[in-house]
Amino acid sequence: MRPDLIELVTHKSNAHIDPTLHIWGWEIALYLFLGGLTAGLLVLPALLGRARKDKPLSPWLQWMPLVGLLFISLGMGALFLDLEHKRSVWRFYLALRPSSPMSWGAWILLAVYPAGLLLSLASLDVDRRARASRISWIGDPATRIAAWSAARVGTIRWFAVAVGAGLGLYTGLLLGTLGARLQWSTALLGPLFLTGGLSTGAAFMLLFPLDNEDAHTLLRWDLRAIAVELALIGLMVVGFASGDAPSRLAAEALLGGAWTASFWSLVVVLGLLVPLTMEALELRGRVRMSPVTPVLILIGGLALRAILLAAGQESGFRLLP
Amino acid sequence: MARKRWVMVVDTRQCVACKACVLACKAENDVPDGYCRDWVVEEVHGEYPILHAENRSERCNHCTRAPCVGACPTGASHFFDGRVVLVTHDKCTGCKACIASCPYDARFVHPEGYVDKCTFCMHRVQRGDEPACVSICPTGTLRFGDANDAQSEVAALLRTRTWKVNHPETGVEPNVFFLT
Repeated sequence: MRPDLIELVTHKSNAHIDPTLHIWGWEIALYLFLGGLTAGLLVLPALLGRARKDKPLSPWLQWMPLVGLLFISLGMGALFLDLEHKRSVWRFYLALRPSSPMSWGAWILLAVYPAGLLLSLASLDVDRRARASRISWIGDPATRIAAWSAARVGTIRWFAVAVGAGLGLYTGLLLGTLGARLQWSTALLGPLFLTGGLSTGAAFMLLFPLDNEDAHTLLRWDLRAIAVELALIGLMVVGFASGDAPSRLAAEALLGGAWTASFWSLVVVLGLLVPLTMEALELRGRVRMSPVTPVLILIGGLALRAILLAAGQESGFRLLP
Repeated sequence: MARKRWVMVVDTRQCVACKACVLACKAENDVPDGYCRDWVVEEVHGEYPILHAENRSERCNHCTRAPCVGACPTGASHFFDGRVVLVTHDKCTGCKACIASCPYDARFVHPEGYVDKCTFCMHRVQRGDEPACVSICPTGTLRFGDANDAQSEVAALLRTRTWKVNHPETGVEPNVFFLT
């Protein structure tokens, strides 16, 4: 608002638009979180499998890409709930519009399913592959697909990494390309949501009993992801605070404004700094690994998306002179 | 012949904020209760006793670089003849990306699920009439026409009067101009 404004009257009061935009609620926050988590459950098992060469992954990790498919299905369910014109949902798949991240995101979501399925089948060790083939109703095709996947495991891993990275990046760019919302007007949201997704994926996997080597590799990678996430958040805030008037308005929400307390306490301290410290101590063997750290990371990941989603909708050009 | 560029010119010196434009739009376009495609802003600023009042009839700006068209995943939001931005209701999924991308918050979700907004009354313009808001305005505040036609009234007004657009810093090149 211009500083010398005395009175501003308008009768405009469209639902969910005025006086403050509120078009996306918990459904989109959950979808963005589950999208990032699925990205982690595709990329990390693929990279872990590559790092371990011919040694099979921990049993739980072999199924993680399939668990990712459950999560992304849940996320797509939330996305569907958010659509206002549900009977036109199929229209997403009649167009591919390069200027719309939501459009190429819809197509990436389709690629997630073969990537997750093939990566999981390719990651199964011999015993589990035999067990999968004994499931009577898919027995023979499952055996054949598993054998086909195992023979192309290298290619499938890179395919899963590419699709997972695309999915994680897209969840950030979905917001980051909507320049009318000052809080989202930064290209850093793409890498931030991707890194956050990898971190929540690692945290989710660390909730399961893994062998020592896998657990330590995941811890090491997660530590780096959290450090990168903190750096990206720092860059985002500095970028906003040192920018033009719209950027400074975006910075205000996180530096003294309505979202300051929840952002810094839930996301930065509880969701990033505490887990960073705990994981560093766990890696050095000073603290026993516990589910507390991964749970904090998951809560922080959800909070990051929910807070940025809400803060972004509140920030618009109407607040400027 | 140059391509058409439909624009609206709002004379803030003539507007008395009677809101006839709002009612005409609601009646012409069957806009549901509680919603509006156009609205009036009454703004007073300055420091007493030096005050400045301005009334603006506002609507979708039909931006030349419309971010809503770029953000739409299905092509429902599109440019029509003369760079007018329209929404094909059947193609709209109600994902609301266009609403989030609009710096003017000019769109809303129609109770039937699709996204709705000002169309510059293209159904009337195509048969040679003015938009409903322009035709009803009792003070002649609102003018509509092809800015690429040098002989048109709007082109003359934009040549001879000082004007502004809302939030030029967005870079979207709006096509609703306010004479000051």
